[in-house]
Amino acid sequence: MTEKSPLTVLDRPNSFIGKSVSRAGAKRLLEGRGTFVDDMTLPRMVHVAFCRSPFAHAKFGAINSEAAKAASGIISVVTGRELAEYCTPWVGVLTHLQGLKSAPQHAIALDKACWQGEAVVAVIAETRSQAEDAVELVEIDYQELPVVADMETALDDATPVIHSDLGDNLCFQREVDIGEVDKAFADAHCVVEETFNFGRHTGVCLETRAIIADYNPSEEHLTVYLSAQAPHMMKNLYAKHFGLNEDKVRVVCKDVGGSFGIKVHTYPDEMATGALSIMLKRPVKFIADRLESFVTDIHARDHRVKARMAVSKEGKFLAIDMDDLTGIGPYSVYPRTSGIEANQVINLTGGPYTIENYRANARVVFTNKNGMCQYRAVGHPIACAVGEGLVDAAARAMDMDPVELRRRNLIPDDAYPYTYATGLVYEQLSHHQCLDKLLEMMDYDGLRREQAEYRDKGIHRGIGFASMIEVTNPSPAFYGVGGAFISSQEGCTMRLDHTGGITCTVGVTEQGQGSDAVMAQVAATAVGVPMENIRIVSGDTDVVPYGGGTWASRAAGIGGEAALRAGKALRENLLEIAAIILQADAAALDIQDGAVVDADGGTERMPLSELGRIVYFRGDTLPKDVQPELVVTRHYVPKAFPFAFTNGVEAFYVEVDVDTGFVKLLKCWVVDDCGTIINPMLVDEQVRGGVVQGIGGALYEECLYDERGQYLNATMADYLTPMAMEMPDIEVGHVETPTKDSELGAKGVGEAGTTGAPAAIMNAINDAIQPFGKHVSDMPFTPERILKALGKV
Amino acid sequence: MSDTLTVNLTVNGEKVSRAIEPRRNLVDFLREDLQLTGSHVGCEHGVCGACTLRVNGEIVRGCLMLAVQAEGAVVETIEGVSDSGEIADLQEAFHERNALQCGFCTPGMLLAAADLLNANPGAGRDQIREHISGNYCRCTGYQAIVDAIEAVGRKRSGQSS
Repeated sequence: MTEKSPLTVLDRPNSFIGKSVSRAGAKRLLEGRGTFVDDMTLPRMVHVAFCRSPFAHAKFGAINSEAAKAASGIISVVTGRELAEYCTPWVGVLTHLQGLKSAPQHAIALDKACWQGEAVVAVIAETRSQAEDAVELVEIDYQELPVVADMETALDDATPVIHSDLGDNLCFQREVDIGEVDKAFADAHCVVEETFNFGRHTGVCLETRAIIADYNPSEEHLTVYLSAQAPHMMKNLYAKHFGLNEDKVRVVCKDVGGSFGIKVHTYPDEMATGALSIMLKRPVKFIADRLESFVTDIHARDHRVKARMAVSKEGKFLAIDMDDLTGIGPYSVYPRTSGIEANQVINLTGGPYTIENYRANARVVFTNKNGMCQYRAVGHPIACAVGEGLVDAAARAMDMDPVELRRRNLIPDDAYPYTYATGLVYEQLSHHQCLDKLLEMMDYDGLRREQAEYRDKGIHRGIGFASMIEVTNPSPAFYGVGGAFISSQEGCTMRLDHTGGITCTVGVTEQGQGSDAVMAQVAATAVGVPMENIRIVSGDTDVVPYGGGTWASRAAGIGGEAALRAGKALRENLLEIAAIILQADAAALDIQDGAVVDADGGTERMPLSELGRIVYFRGDTLPKDVQPELVVTRHYVPKAFPFAFTNGVEAFYVEVDVDTGFVKLLKCWVVDDCGTIINPMLVDEQVRGGVVQGIGGALYEECLYDERGQYLNATMADYLTPMAMEMPDIEVGHVETPTKDSELGAKGVGEAGTTGAPAAIMNAINDAIQPFGKHVSDMPFTPERILKALGKV
Repeated sequence: MSDTLTVNLTVNGEKVSRAIEPRRNLVDFLREDLQLTGSHVGCEHGVCGACTLRVNGEIVRGCLMLAVQAEGAVVETIEGVSDSGEIADLQEAFHERNALQCGFCTPGMLLAAADLLNANPGAGRDQIREHISGNYCRCTGYQAIVDAIEAVGRKRSGQSS
């Protein structure tokens, strides 16, 4: 007789786990009835606009604001020194990134601007347009300083040091050297070598950064309405730098118009807005315009990686040796630092494969450009493109099929838990299963035949792959251990209302990815109620349990598990009371579809609304010693692994016009393994949206600076983003390997698509132009770069 | 800049009259003077399409038109077409297909989609992609939006044929 494995909460009747439920919270957005920060107006609210440095590096002396102060509607004109009385400077370092250094950064520059766009003076007026008018009237005496524009020469002796107190322009350096790298290269049958360049790009959230700070001096209380991803983190930082009691700071994130990592950092102009509200004792609104977004929203990537890989005669990857250089602007961004991306690059490169010898050097240097920090898939697209680029270079060098070469080196699906050369621990991945599924979805053999037929006709199509891993569900190892007050745990409080409805407050935040929706699905399943009985409240630090918010693909996995635990605990409490009311055994009862039922047979005994009515209004009818508890809170923090790694594989089919250099994306396939899938539709849409952001970095997006540190294309007309016409249809498949660290088993999925797309596109382009004996490795792959590679321009 | 002009127009079926600065663009006028915050401002230079509105039956960029240019015009916003039920099928399809994430582009996207389907309910995927290629969406990657518009177009042309 075999015993059945015990049923989990995922097997409950009427489970919503695994169902493509539409998001309840999307309806208001469809009718234009959402509440984005700029939709709000508070009594006595004023607006701030900033004078921003036109120079990448300049000292400034006298500021003449007489004419500005006299202009219509002006409330105040405030300099950095004046504002410094209300806001202390910050330094973007974390102790676990050893040696990382940065300079104190002020909300408004005191006497030196370090990038073009840094705020130098604040102008506050009754309306934004009045503030902007007066910005033009402020006279600032700038003295230009030499500019550090090129990261390649940032550490040269001849290059000026941006912050003289730091001694040099090196923010952070980390070296790893594992195994016997030199021996592996000496023994290799084949060595491939490549220099990869990754253009600097940015998030381009359609809703620009937005904040209303509302300080109430009578209670010394600050409320901040913010378009952001981590409300509790910001609450802590406002208190710390404004000198307030943290218990008297409230951060509210309502609807957020895209974030992607852009809205999880401390921005000087937002800190200035908070400090101005305290100074002026009234609400102050700041909405970045699109130009301000381009010059101040964090940028990302901008890495140059020189890498080589040693391969044996049998096609076994023996070693990777790489050097990563990245220029991060003048300050390490607070509080997550600008060292994480490079750190990820050297941790993750080659991560899907059994590589035992590994050497990497990462240098993070200061430059006079806008700051760089964590943006969707932090470091992953770079690590993936370097690793997968080397794999395809090896396949070309050895005349092997790129799929076959991957098969020989991907970590076997039965080899887990597995520790990669760099120390990353994988609980259980499914590279081979994912690859098998992908090849079936795309009909690989058929596609190769089609490619050959087109090639005969002079049409150059290419197929490119990228196997990938993704860091999700981060534990305190990510930020907490480095001293930052960025929570890795999540909480969920659940309350049964007398109507039978359930109100859940959650620490994770909603920015469109559907975090509220999946919390509702988990809650409904765990308690046993219909979806419409669940209401999710998120984003308000006065209301929700302490949590980290939504970033690093953590909401579903960590927030979801907290919701699951809260739901189970509430169900237990409800059944206990129901058993007393019904004079039954709690173990013989269950909750299904919003009613207490007989566990055996499902006969309805009492709707939850009746239970709520009795508890809330007729407590007198319950036994004297019974005090029902219809509110519960549960938390969860990942413990077993520092990160829940996910894996997947992407493929692109492209056509390169070798006369114009244009790349047409014909089709994309993705197979991802994010563990338990709570909502298949939302997971697929995360993958698709992620892939398209990856396409942006691969083909279009680049923040172009000249040698004086002037940003050349800071408009949406000049900075190209993916638009509907050029995007392919993307087919998404799944393998489900739940993490055993939680009962829910969900891992993250928000960044997987972005991770693999640039690598797969690069490999597809190189596959297409292989007959010419050329290849490309500088992103974005603009027509010009492709024509240059082909020797046509 | 304190000189004002009076503008008279019809917004979502209601006659409105306001004294405004001549430099006020139409979407700022709607958002700030009329509190119709459903139309969004994404780039203020006519690229992103978040401020797409309908003026005298044609979709326009609310950031590229001055409010005073709308003198005598009939303006419709997402609030108007939601209340009238005119695009209820599109909204339902977007909801069902999750053709929106953060929702910031959605009002403009819906008005662009309605414009296409009113003219050509049988539009194919390429025509849909072309028609919405002036509306930037950072979240979805567009496929779900194309799916939703295509589904509504099919339904509408099925009903009409």
